[in-house]
Amino acid sequence: MGTYVLRRILQMIPVFIGATLLIFLMVYTLPGDPIAALYGDKAADPAQVAQLRHLYYLDQPIWKQYLHYMSNLLQGNFGTSFTGRSVTSLMGDAFPVTIRLALVAFFCEIFIGIPLGLLSGLYRGSMLDSLVLILTLVVIGIPVFVLAYIAQTIFATNLGWVTPTVQDSTDITQLILPGVVLASLSLAFVARLTRTSIGENRRADYMRTAIAKGLPQRTVITRHLLRNSLIPVVTFLGTDLGALMGGAIVTEGIFNIKGVGNLLYQAISHKEGPTVVGVVTVLVIVYLVASLVVDLLYAVLDPRIRYA
Amino acid sequence: MPGATRVRWALACATAVALVATGCSSSGGGSSSSNANATFTYQSGEPQNPLQPANANETNGGRVVQNLFRGLVDYDPANGQLRMQVADKIDTSDSQTFNVTLKSGWTFHDGTPVTAKSFVDSWNWSANIKNNQINSDWFSDIQGYTDVHPKAGNPAQGQMSGLTVTDDTHFTIKLANKVSYFEYKLGYVAFSPLPAGFFNDPTGFGQKPIGNGPYQFVSWDHNSQIVTKAFANYAGVDKPKNGGVVFKAYSTAEAAYADLQSNNLDVMDQVPPSALATYKNDLGSRAIDSPQGAIQTIAFTLYQPDWSGANLNKVRQGLSMAIDRDTITKTVLQGSRAPASAWTAQGVAGYKAGTCTACKLDVAQAKTLIQEGGGVPGNSLKITYNADGGHKEWVDAVCNNIRQNTGVNCTGDPKPDFKTFRGAVTSHSQLDGAFRSGWVQDYPLNANFLAQQYRTGASSNDTGYSSAQFDQLAKQADEAPTVQDSETGYQQAEGVLAVDMPSIPLWYYRTNSGYSTKVQNVSFDTFGNPVWTQVQVKG
Repeated sequence: MGTYVLRRILQMIPVFIGATLLIFLMVYTLPGDPIAALYGDKAADPAQVAQLRHLYYLDQPIWKQYLHYMSNLLQGNFGTSFTGRSVTSLMGDAFPVTIRLALVAFFCEIFIGIPLGLLSGLYRGSMLDSLVLILTLVVIGIPVFVLAYIAQTIFATNLGWVTPTVQDSTDITQLILPGVVLASLSLAFVARLTRTSIGENRRADYMRTAIAKGLPQRTVITRHLLRNSLIPVVTFLGTDLGALMGGAIVTEGIFNIKGVGNLLYQAISHKEGPTVVGVVTVLVIVYLVASLVVDLLYAVLDPRIRYA
Repeated sequence: MPGATRVRWALACATAVALVATGCSSSGGGSSSSNANATFTYQSGEPQNPLQPANANETNGGRVVQNLFRGLVDYDPANGQLRMQVADKIDTSDSQTFNVTLKSGWTFHDGTPVTAKSFVDSWNWSANIKNNQINSDWFSDIQGYTDVHPKAGNPAQGQMSGLTVTDDTHFTIKLANKVSYFEYKLGYVAFSPLPAGFFNDPTGFGQKPIGNGPYQFVSWDHNSQIVTKAFANYAGVDKPKNGGVVFKAYSTAEAAYADLQSNNLDVMDQVPPSALATYKNDLGSRAIDSPQGAIQTIAFTLYQPDWSGANLNKVRQGLSMAIDRDTITKTVLQGSRAPASAWTAQGVAGYKAGTCTACKLDVAQAKTLIQEGGGVPGNSLKITYNADGGHKEWVDAVCNNIRQNTGVNCTGDPKPDFKTFRGAVTSHSQLDGAFRSGWVQDYPLNANFLAQQYRTGASSNDTGYSSAQFDQLAKQADEAPTVQDSETGYQQAEGVLAVDMPSIPLWYYRTNSGYSTKVQNVSFDTFGNPVWTQVQVKG
């Protein structure tokens, strides 16, 4: 087990280097000159632009820029953005916000999605099952920005229960509405995945055995049925955590949350290499760690899976 | 996010009318009592640069900096006229040497006095190429600028020879050439004074600025808000009627508008396009619709051989006459613009409506002129624009006009984003025929619109337009003895544009905004900023 984890961690190193290089090249090949763009519609002063390019190391060939960036990164220096702030402090502002939002969404998925799927799977063909199926289908069919605007209009503008946008992102109660909106799509997937998985495993041999042994129904469902059925759901949730961390641009924009999605969007539109590479690097690490945790959870959930 | 219709660059000081008890031209409804110590919130965003006066060239940083600082002069928001602030008077006999006398009694927020040295040191530092200030070329009129800001290499000097401090309240500015309207430029935020403490740590200062303006800096919670409060010892004519401004960061205008409607935001910048049709209904008497000193044009690639012919000005006039500005501004742009009839924007000093004779819709004449000029090269016209700025709708509408009224095959040519578009414009590549252009006033004077864009080799001359006649008239206007003479001089120069048509004026921008029920006495100036110090928070 220990050697397995170590091997997985060692595998992260080439993935990390490859990902940073790819992102670096992508940002570099974006069209337009970020320094000239600082001047807006006005003409840029060539002498000053040359100075600034030198300052941000942009007057060097791409491979030199990459090496320069990586050598700084290994010393824990993520570089500076055009605003003069260090990328570390930009990320320090944005990541906590996004983590809070992602956790709200994540808990929604687990504590609403899985029970819904479980009930649906246990009572197949019932009214409740049909209702869950229809609701999840509707949610999957509606784009997230439509949902977000509908939620904003109903709960903020009409009912006045919440403010239309998040006033203070450290207040977790203000993040509930955007969190639910952000979770909605994945929640629907989780519910449907759970339902299918439960449906398949209900008729499995070990279930018959468990019932035949006269175990109470609660034990049968939680210890035997759920534990085996959650494997595909856990896989989905693991990758979804990474997606929630990096991809909430639309939801963040509508509810005016200044998280990672917003930071990344701004950085890409300004062609700020260090910020983009820094944020994506952290996201890559989040993905890698999440998938490692998922793989380790398999062993916990299903005793048949053991890592030699 | 590209929610806003455009980014407004190039700001200058917006300030408030002197406190006249009666003459408040607010569009608000009934006025109730106000609390002079309460703050109000304004829609903004995270500044792109540190908060240093010569680095503020985009709206988010600019609007904060212009509230923290006051220069020698600013512009009266009521009428756009030049108004003395720190300067007591600015005298010149030859439009080249300016003698500045300062008022006494001005202090920075840290209590140190504002002296002649505060200005001269500030300008010398900002102009120096080493200090990487985005707006450093604003000082290029001053004698000795090339010493501190060479085309290449290191600066030869630390100071510009044109600036001389006489004593605490007097200094002289000597320019490299005559610029009769130089005092108008002095209202730009880059010309603000800086306290002595700035030079020890300019970077740190950029995070916690100390100015001499009506508001002082309190805190900057990055990406969330910048808090300012009214400065008790402010010596300017526009003392704040409120306790401060809180600049709240919004990533989209839609989010800001939703907050405004629910009173979670007090004043906003510009309503989102989605609300243009409804905002006057939504807000009633709290809606704002006022003119802005900015113009949108279609500029031509006159540097290309097939557009540089002598007769092609008729073709350009014809194309201009084929555009139905009234209908497009009403329908496609939903009243957020006003049809243009000149190359300078409405409301700036020296504006003369009707200079552009070819700016009226006249289909018959349009066809005739295009034929007389030998037709559009290849009978097709591409109008290049940036796809991230909300320009597609009007470019398509203009092209429809041109296609239907003249038979010229006109198409829009979107570039993915602003960076790419500007790159294409400045490198004179990937453009063919025409491109979106425009100008936002740096200071409300016609010279600003004309000299910067249409003089041969001017820094923002993107068309490659070069006319000996225009240059000559502009030079005469620059050397005129007074600002008024310079205004008339530039009006004559503008007449040359009406013949040559280097660009087609389309429309002037307007401010479409509004405010919450918690504030009153909100009006906007031609820079598209609220008159900050006049806003009253209801008590």
